[in-house]
Amino acid sequence: MRRHILSILLENEPGALSRVAGLFSARGYNIESLTVAPTDDPSMSRMTVVTRGSDDIVEQITKQLNKLVDVIKLIDLSEGPYIERELLLLKVKVATTNQREEVKRLVDIFRGQVIDVGDATYTIEMTGSGDKIDAFVKAIEASLILEVVRSGVSGIGRGNKTLHL
Amino acid sequence: MSAVNQLTEMTGADILVNCLVQEGVEIVFGYPGGSVLYIYDALFKQNSIRHILVRHEQAATHAADGYSRATGKPGVVLVTSGPGVTNTITGIATAYMDSIPMVIITGQVPTSLIGNDAFQEVDSVGISRPCVKHNFLVKDVSKLAETIKKAFYLAVSGRPGPVLVDIPKDVTAQKTWFEYPESIEMRSYKPVFNGHPGQIRKAAELLLLAKRPVIYTGGGVVLGNGSAELVELTRMLGYPITQTLMGLGSYPATDPQFIGMLGMHGTYEANMAMHECDVLLAVGARFDDRVTGDVKQFCPQAKIIHIDIDPSSISKNVKVDIPIVGTVDRVLRDLIKAIKESGKQTDADMLANWWQQIDTWRATNCLRYDRKSQLIKPQFAIEKLYEITKGDAYVTSDVGQHQMFVAQFYKFTKPRRWINSGGLGTMGFGMPAAMGVKLAFPQETVVCVTGESSIQMCIQELSTCKQFDLPLKILNLNNGYMGMVRQWQEMFYDKRYSHSYFEALPDFVKLAESYGHVGLRVEKPAELESVLKEAFALTDRLVFIDCKIDPAENVYPMMAAGKGHHEMMLSPYQEERELA
Repeated sequence: MRRHILSILLENEPGALSRVAGLFSARGYNIESLTVAPTDDPSMSRMTVVTRGSDDIVEQITKQLNKLVDVIKLIDLSEGPYIERELLLLKVKVATTNQREEVKRLVDIFRGQVIDVGDATYTIEMTGSGDKIDAFVKAIEASLILEVVRSGVSGIGRGNKTLHL
Repeated sequence: MSAVNQLTEMTGADILVNCLVQEGVEIVFGYPGGSVLYIYDALFKQNSIRHILVRHEQAATHAADGYSRATGKPGVVLVTSGPGVTNTITGIATAYMDSIPMVIITGQVPTSLIGNDAFQEVDSVGISRPCVKHNFLVKDVSKLAETIKKAFYLAVSGRPGPVLVDIPKDVTAQKTWFEYPESIEMRSYKPVFNGHPGQIRKAAELLLLAKRPVIYTGGGVVLGNGSAELVELTRMLGYPITQTLMGLGSYPATDPQFIGMLGMHGTYEANMAMHECDVLLAVGARFDDRVTGDVKQFCPQAKIIHIDIDPSSISKNVKVDIPIVGTVDRVLRDLIKAIKESGKQTDADMLANWWQQIDTWRATNCLRYDRKSQLIKPQFAIEKLYEITKGDAYVTSDVGQHQMFVAQFYKFTKPRRWINSGGLGTMGFGMPAAMGVKLAFPQETVVCVTGESSIQMCIQELSTCKQFDLPLKILNLNNGYMGMVRQWQEMFYDKRYSHSYFEALPDFVKLAESYGHVGLRVEKPAELESVLKEAFALTDRLVFIDCKIDPAENVYPMMAAGKGHHEMMLSPYQEERELA
């Protein structure tokens, strides 16, 4: 059960997303995270799906996705070197000076930023791999966390490897 | 209305009808309603397309499906929004599971009302999505012609399947310039045609080295029109061939190289040969669970070659050694060529041994049944049907024991003659499917073999058959039970026959008569032949033959679910040895 990151180019059509999501639920596959947005060509969307499964299952997922009429092209990024990033927006309670200092220190260690300050809250922005985000959220004292917003993973291959038409 | 291709301003409804004409559509199966009134108005004003008014939308899809299976052309369905669409879902799913090309046009509430919970509104694209190859919602009349072109292209190309086009009512009223695209190019959809030459060469080498080969083929050979190539290859090699339920007819069942259907109710010789084979050539088959049994015990000694149009069918259930993606006719032609060019021969001695082994399995006579029974045995009924129709009828079926008996006892010799719901197993399929076949081939004999349970699921279509003068022959193997359910309850649930018996059944003879048809009843084996002859002599009438059969008969042989091919249950019936 390895983690796979599938990068998909698909038609930017209404319903394309639900076809992909529906395929996973109908066939009992896992979606750990899914991100999607239009590309520089507005007729196409780029989707990153993180899934877990044996090699056989992921082979089937890839074939089934390729069979969807709206899917133009896809690759399994985790078959080679790749970069993955996730965006975290985190709102924490910082009532005391002590808490403010501690949170700011952790944000600096993890190379995040405080992007909004309220009466008794900080809103933090951070990007990184899923592991790094996990580690940061774990490092913040649980009782201080008011809201966790994670984007899900976006991925891209390293070096000359590209996914384009 | 003649086909129009020069630029003319037309309503969406007229554009749709013109698109269908340009696609060569002759028959549309449908049922009108509020959202499709403009389309029905456009149909009223033309003479190129015949509309067949069914009694229930499910039957429209089955009829279009039967039409498609028999002709190879896409079936076309037209229904209204809401319940019109939901009623088609069973038929669409049936076509999807068996890869049948179909275009379903559904009306939708006006675009301004979509999402409003309007009268007869349902999310047709959403509700059909898991059981179509693709679907569209057309929100702009200027996109209509292109969408219909895409729908037909998608339905028939690659691995075929149903495509649904949802058209809101206002779009059918709007006008635009009509031009039908001559061809269509989709960057996200590029079906493969030719198999990889290197893989084909490897397959040829492996096949020629085989000592205990089996050819196993499925519905793909029928759908892909690869029957002639399959026959040539099989005869050239001299290898045994077995077929799935969906594959029957693409190799003549009367040929000595044919060892019968395989799988759950396949022959003993076919399943044993699968278990013992060393090279398996799978063509247009998808290793379905009813065929493979326990996949861990599937062809344990075999190297497997798999030819299929759909890459996702390859290594889905069973790992294969040489996958070849392409259309079956082209790949088989290339394979025949590669075998000839290799200059090598099959191993004649080993093959003779293999056939000797197969003949010992054949000697178990696994399809035996009691021919001296006082009750009509369903097997006997199918054998008689085979004789009287000279093995050349189009036969549709519903689902259950009767379906298996046809598969075992009606020896199909041509593709597209055996029409049944294999993947989804849809009861109620048989009669509407037979309507579609009869409309496609009015001169041919079309028989629907059914049971008293299945036939009641679409019985209302007897009325459609009357209106459109469709002289089907319906052979109702009536045992009062859902036979296959009863069989499983007998075998696996200690004979607790939970809700599988009908306390009340209609008098089918009177029922047929009340619809304006001929009804006949037969209860004794000795009368069967004469009743069937009487029925088939009435060539211009629909004849409903209510055939009372032995309620206790089971389908044998049987490989129980989760068992291997070598673990078959044979019929407990023992033939009396003929005295010399």
